[in-house]
Amino acid sequence: MSRSSSALIGLALAAALALPVLAQSGKTGLGRPALPEEIQAWDIDVRPDGVGLPPGKGSVKEGEVLFLERCAACHGEFAEGVGRWPVLAGGQGTMTADRPEKTIGSFWPDLSTAFDYIRRAMPYGNAQSLTADETYALVAFLLNMNNLVAEDFVLSRENFLTVKLPNAPSFFDDDREKAERHFWNRTPCLSNCKPDTRITGRAAILDVTPDGGDKSIKVE
Amino acid sequence: MGANGKERGTSRRGFLAAAAGAGALAAGGGAQAQAPKPDPLITEPQDWNRFLGPGVDAAPYGKPSKFEAGVIRRNVGWLTADTVSSINFTPLHQLDGIVTPNGLCFERHHAGVAEIDPSQHRLMVHGLVEKPLVFTMEDLKRFPGRVNKLYFLECAANGGMEWRGAQLNGCQFTHGMIHNVWYTGIPLKAVLDEAGIRPAGTWLLAEGADASAMTRSIPIEKALKDCLVVWAMNGEALRPEQGYPLRLVVPGWEGNMWIKWLRRLEIGDQPWQQREETSKYTDLLADGRSRRFTFVMDAKSVVTNPSPQAPLRQKGPNVLTGLAWSGRGAITRVDVSIDGGKNWRHARIDGPVLPMSLTRFYVDFDWHGEDLLIQSRAMDETGYVQPTKDELRKVRGVNSIYHNNGIQTWHVKTNGETENVEIL
Repeated sequence: MSRSSSALIGLALAAALALPVLAQSGKTGLGRPALPEEIQAWDIDVRPDGVGLPPGKGSVKEGEVLFLERCAACHGEFAEGVGRWPVLAGGQGTMTADRPEKTIGSFWPDLSTAFDYIRRAMPYGNAQSLTADETYALVAFLLNMNNLVAEDFVLSRENFLTVKLPNAPSFFDDDREKAERHFWNRTPCLSNCKPDTRITGRAAILDVTPDGGDKSIKVE
Repeated sequence: MGANGKERGTSRRGFLAAAAGAGALAAGGGAQAQAPKPDPLITEPQDWNRFLGPGVDAAPYGKPSKFEAGVIRRNVGWLTADTVSSINFTPLHQLDGIVTPNGLCFERHHAGVAEIDPSQHRLMVHGLVEKPLVFTMEDLKRFPGRVNKLYFLECAANGGMEWRGAQLNGCQFTHGMIHNVWYTGIPLKAVLDEAGIRPAGTWLLAEGADASAMTRSIPIEKALKDCLVVWAMNGEALRPEQGYPLRLVVPGWEGNMWIKWLRRLEIGDQPWQQREETSKYTDLLADGRSRRFTFVMDAKSVVTNPSPQAPLRQKGPNVLTGLAWSGRGAITRVDVSIDGGKNWRHARIDGPVLPMSLTRFYVDFDWHGEDLLIQSRAMDETGYVQPTKDELRKVRGVNSIYHNNGIQTWHVKTNGETENVEIL
């Protein structure tokens, strides 16, 4: 290598070392402050303790009118569900049945979830178009369809926390590491693990497979 | 991978010795009754040998060969009410290696694909932070500490249709709610540190900008540990259906938490109990109680070939292959059985073995036309061993929908046709 090219490399190294390294404060200074109006516009979530509930109220009766107009096409007039669209009412007592019917009344643990979800995602295809009063009214109507409040009930921010959903006590946090401890079996059996084996069920019999299966099998 | 190294020398004939009868070995490739005829594909010039093909700019963004037109995501129409809030499946039986091509990564939307101009996208961080902030995509791409990570994303409902018994005939449908992608982005921690989490902050709410405003609560320890905010997959921008321009990566945890079209991060002091963590993605047990916050995806594996959509066609040498993964870490071992779980051998693992990534395994074997009951069983670095479906049902019943990581059985019949079956 010539003396001049070594000098050039030396210069390049010096330039690289001169590149300023980020300050060690841990802050980059990227981004800008979020304005209160911006936070208010996007922060629409509601928690079980009522944090996030907007001022407002709505009655079962008002909710019924709204529901028939904007929700019943998918969810049915009585929130019983149309086709495969979600069933929102009924199903109480079916959680140990062969085919449980999970609804707001039979399964959901927190009423805040219904308010939050309707507010953020419903009506399907026209999300975030409902006012706070309309959302309270729809939640009141759904509570009534689930036999949890009377027909003359009015739901509001003030009385929201008085309504409890019946299945709430049935939920518990993930306990797989205790309840399924026996799956952490570091030495699974490798040979003669069971005396015999037999087929007990076949997907081909149910035949619910969509297209894509290859039926033209030929072994050479 | 070390544990499997010693298995590599085992002959494939040895593997089938137990199941194959003694006389079957003679079959080979079939008897040649007549004198062989020359192959016209070799003796005659073909069009592609003679005529010019398309030039360099014929496809500015390249596509697969037209002969691969059948390699596509597929859905199951009867599963959901319409395709806007629905799911389709990765064609696992048509792929190899561990990286899922971008266009074949399964899709799950709750309100269709949001189409967002990245110049109009914003990410807000607020709640229990010192300084609420708004970032543009340009801001995020200027953050120091950019990383590249390969992770699987599995929908918690993968295999959910199989709790009551074998139902769908194909690993695309029984196991295809999964993909494995190289992500480029920055640690979520970098963004949160910029805003400064207050000491009371214990949970994070992540929200998408789509018309379902998808939300999930995530414990702050996980958010700070290994979650990423990413804009690229497999070297190019995220696909619209995977959250373009920005998505959350939550390694090893159920796919629903990997919020697409990520626009908002709120710090709080308790979970928000959103729809997708209460009415959905909770696991109903036989006694009527429900587990919630079952975030981690347990170790699981599946043989992708042979499988119902990819039957055996030739006797003699064949390649059995499949995928294994665990949300708790790296895969340490995969066992394969061809006699319905009576006897097992270690599969050969090939390619990178990375934590919370798909891992590819192979067993090279000779098939003599006998019935096979093929299973695979994954083990991860925590010592977790993939359970049988019946072992899972004993603990959970059949109504939990989510987290079905039971051992899959494929029945290869004497004609090579392969079926999804349940065995005792």
